Formats: sequence, C-alpha cells, structure tokens
Amino acid sequence: MGPTVASNRSVIEVEGIAQLIALLQRRGYQVAGPTLRDGAIACEIINKLEDLPAGWTDEQAPGHYRVKKRNDGALFGYSVGPQSWKKFLHPPELQLVELRRDGASLKILHNHSVFPHFAFLGVRPCELAAIAVQDRVFQGGRFTDPHYDGRRGQVFIVAVQCTQAGPSCFCASMGTGPRAREGFDVALTEIIDSDHHLFVAEAGTKAGAEVLKELHAVPATPVLCQQAEESIRHASVQTRQMDTAGIRDLLYENFDHPEWDNVATRCLSCANCTMVCPTCFCTTMEDVSEVTGEHAGRWRRWDSCFTQSFSYIHGGSVRTSSKSRFRQWMTHKLASWIDQFGTSGCVGCGRCITWCPVGIEITEEVHAIRGGGVNAAPISKGDNIHELA
Amino acid sequence: MFKFASCDGCQLSLLDAEDELLSVANAMEIACFPEASRTMSKGPYDIGLVEGSITTHQDAERIQKVRRQCRVLVTIGACATAGGIQALRNSQDVDEFVRVVYATPQFISTLKLSTPIAEHVPVDFELRGCPINKYQLVELISATLAGRKPTVPTYSVCIECKRRGTVCLAVAKGVACMGPVTQAGCGAICPSFQRGCYGCYGPMETPNTPALTNQFRILGQDDQQIARAFRAFNAWAWQFRKASEECKRT
Repeated sequence: MGPTVASNRSVIEVEGIAQLIALLQRRGYQVAGPTLRDGAIACEIINKLEDLPAGWTDEQAPGHYRVKKRNDGALFGYSVGPQSWKKFLHPPELQLVELRRDGASLKILHNHSVFPHFAFLGVRPCELAAIAVQDRVFQGGRFTDPHYDGRRGQVFIVAVQCTQAGPSCFCASMGTGPRAREGFDVALTEIIDSDHHLFVAEAGTKAGAEVLKELHAVPATPVLCQQAEESIRHASVQTRQMDTAGIRDLLYENFDHPEWDNVATRCLSCANCTMVCPTCFCTTMEDVSEVTGEHAGRWRRWDSCFTQSFSYIHGGSVRTSSKSRFRQWMTHKLASWIDQFGTSGCVGCGRCITWCPVGIEITEEVHAIRGGGVNAAPISKGDNIHELA
Repeated sequence: MFKFASCDGCQLSLLDAEDELLSVANAMEIACFPEASRTMSKGPYDIGLVEGSITTHQDAERIQKVRRQCRVLVTIGACATAGGIQALRNSQDVDEFVRVVYATPQFISTLKLSTPIAEHVPVDFELRGCPINKYQLVELISATLAGRKPTVPTYSVCIECKRRGTVCLAVAKGVACMGPVTQAGCGAICPSFQRGCYGCYGPMETPNTPALTNQFRILGQDDQQIARAFRAFNAWAWQFRKASEECKRT
C-alpha cells in the first residue's frame, strides 16, 4: 500500500468504537455485533462497547469450537462464530402474508413494508463476500426478493479486517480475504500491542466517510497504516486451502466418485452446514391456519437440501440417500452456483467445517474428489437407513 | 382421545393449550377425553387421538375396536408411536420384573413387549414426542379440520435449533446431543436451556446413528452411555434400538 492510499486512513481509539455505536444508534440503527453468549462469540443486537467480546478469542477445529481468553483486550480478536449476518438480512423465520377472514371476504395483510435498520459492526471480509453472494441471489436476477432487498438497502456496514486466521479459515484460497476492499461503509483494522490499542479506519462510502468525520478520527500515520497492512498479511497465512482450479468441471465429472459413498457414512444429514453457511439461502413455505379458520398465514423458514422434503415432488423425494444430498450440496455450492449466479457459493469462512457435529471438511472432500485419497476412514455402515435408499 | 399405557402427559398437552382450547372445543365435539371428563359419547368418531402403547392382551383387543370407530386415527406421543419408556422392558425379562416389583405377581397379566399402535392397526398420522408439542397437536387438528396437510417436519432437531439461534452444544461444549438423529417438532427446547437433546421425538427421517455413535465416542462417551442415549423414550424405534444394540455388541 502506498502513501496515497494511506492518506485516506484515519485512526480511532477504543473509546471511538463506543462513540461509533452510540452514533449509529442515534442515527436510528439497531447495531448488531459480536458478543459472548453460551460459550461462543455470537452475532446479536448490541447496545454498548462492553457488549463486544473484549479479550476473548476462539479455538476451532472440525466439529469443535471453544471460546478462550486472550492475553490482551482485543475487541475483534477471534475468527468467525456460529452465526453469520444472514440471520438479519434473510431471517430464519418470516411471515410473508397474514390473512384474516373479514365477513365473506379475506383481508390480506402483507408483511413487507417496514424493515429494520441494521448497522453491522465487525463484518469480516469473507462475510462481506457472502453478503455480496446473497445480493446476487436475492437482488441480482429477474426477481428481487422484497424482504431481503428491504433489509439490505438500509444496512450500514462496519467491516473489520482479519489479522489472524483460524484453522477452519480458507478465505485466502477463495480470494475473499483476509483484506476487504469493497462492500463496506467503514473498515477497521485493529492494532493491539504493548504501545497501542487502536483502529485504523478507512471509509468505503460517502456515508462511511461522514461517520468517521463525525467521530473526529485523526489521520493515520504512514507507519500505522503499514502496521495495519502487515497484520492483515499475517492472516493470509492459512493452513487450510481449497484448490479451486477447474472445480466446476471437476465436480460435474465426478458424480460417481467413491468419495461420495465415504462421506455419506459420516454425514448426519442434520443440515447444520447449510444453516451456518452465510450464503445458503434455501427456504420452505409453510401455510398455517387457526382452528377457527379466522386467521391463516404463510411463513417462510430456512430449509436445507439435506432434508427429504426439500426434494419431494409427486411420488417422493428425488434425493433419498444422504450421499445424493451431500453431493447436491457440495456440487451446488462449488460448481453449479457458478453457472447459476456467476460466482462460487463458498467464501471460505469455514463454518461448515467447525459446526459440522462430526467435523466433515469441505476442503478435504474436494481434495479427495481430486484423487487425493479419502481423508477419514468410513464409519462401519451397519445397515442404517441411508443404505436402503 | 383414547388412552393406553401412558402417563397422560400427551393428553394434558391439549388441556395445556389454553389459548386454543376453547376454539378447539367450539370447532368439534369432544366425544371422549379422559383427563377432562368421564363422559363418553358414542362412536363412530371423525378423529381418534390415541395416547399410549399396547402392553396387555385387553389393550391389544381394545385398539382394534377403537380403530373401527375412528375415520382418522392419529397416535400421539412416544408411547403410541414407539412403545414409550415402558418399551425398555422389551430387552429385559418381564417375568423377573413382575416377580421383583409386585407382592402378588399372579395378579399381573402383561405382554412381554410394549409396542406402538401402528404394530397393531393402520395409523393415519403420528405425532412424536415425550410429551407431544401442544402447537403440533393444535396444528394437526386445524389442518385436519381445514382438509390440508399438517406441517409436521421430519428433519433433524438441528434445523429448529439453528433457526432459533442456539449455539450448537455438541460443537461448542462437547455435549453428546441427540439432535442430529432426532426428529424436530419440539422447537429445540433442551439445547436452548443448555442441555443436549434427549431424543424424545424419536428418529428423524434418515438418522445416521453409526456416525453419531462414532462422534459420541470421540466426545468421550462409553458404550453404556451411548446405548442409554438411544434407549430412552424411543427405545423400541428400530433405528434407535439397532444403534443401542450395536453399542452393546462392540
């Protein structure tokens, strides 16, 4: 980064984060950010600086997550947690329509005129990439999803550049991190050492620049900017990689690879991977009616390609085996997503690896499909229900 | 509402549906509801809700009569759908239990197995759980009255758990949680109170029990603990039964 880039950077102190939260609240935003809850760094509506997980980090491995104390007071010293920002922009449960019987006619009450104003604090570069993917899904095609659109349009994003990578992270190989260059209003790089604890800030939009101005952020020195860039580079050293070369054709040409059988012995088809994925967007519609018949409603709920009902058509489910469901998920995510939306559906956040209860690693599955050998011994099958399918 | 071997908890779920109870009572004539009234109207009936498992010769005969009287027969709860907690005796010597427990064992006449209703008569719909979820029961009644399919998912508890934003206990705390192999419907209550799922809704649509057993071992559970996890409220559901038997064998 040259000094010309550095010149638009500014510095805010820890107290400036408190002021940032207050400022966003004054502007009418509900501020969502990381907070320690139930043994994890979750994504919730926060009220004040003290809600942030100061001095906490996480330990991650396939199927394993623990929060741990850091030996400093870093506010953003962790990798991505169990939840993504998806839950705010694409809510897990949403009533689309409410119907009331009104004499002989029906009164239709739509539910998409008023949207919450969210400000996201602490969005990681891979998560910005995930939001960009969902933008394409919900706003990019012929049809715009009004519920996503209504929420997305109002969002103010404060990104936080990554200065450390967890063992599940592989954003560097997906080209989505660890440095965000766009998609934010403000991006912060946290610098914490024996001398300072401060944030190098850059504005990505006019709205972001205004916020920084209002915070009285002072210009960052070239030395500090360089320190920020170096710490981001530090996070680009990642032990996990996804080899994406020719991945679309690789998966299209390997529907019958034996690895799908192997992974099916381990896969619980519990759908956790799709629920935690920041780009998975599938939903199901559920119609409800009250006993009296006076009220009815249509609900949209997160669904998953790992359920039987997901592929249910006349006559039954198309994908009855967990083998076919896992193959569908991974092939869509990494291959047909490219045909459908012009981008990979994977941003390398690693959530599906950490939050899989049995620790299935998408990166290792790709490696195995490439002929790299199976990465885990299949579990002795017994004759569980999958094998019948 | 017909009662067989059970604790009545599932029947009470309807009484517990306080907000909807009057609507339900207005929408249909409640012909028989042992927990609410001793009166019983004569059949036939449009909907029969059956609670409890079959554990005696008399009940095995009675369920046939109940079936003949009901246009739609719905079983509710783990007892009626999987034999219930009393099906734990299915892997033991019942005669020995009778000798040990009762002062005058000769008065006891019981079957060796506690079995679900569907092993005796055709069942139109099954509601899972120990006890059932009152909202699922009201949904079932509403859907039946409206002539639509009830929304009762058969996927894992994990989906409900994630929708409500609970942090996964298995991953974040190393809890041996039955959620991945258990059917949704409860709203993932236990994990939201920091307890692993007990599996009271029985096996989900495609439970990969060998994979979960393997993971429980990684989490430090011994074979007895794992067998017990599968042998709770739905011990006689074949997928859980098989999983517990495989644990005993290895």
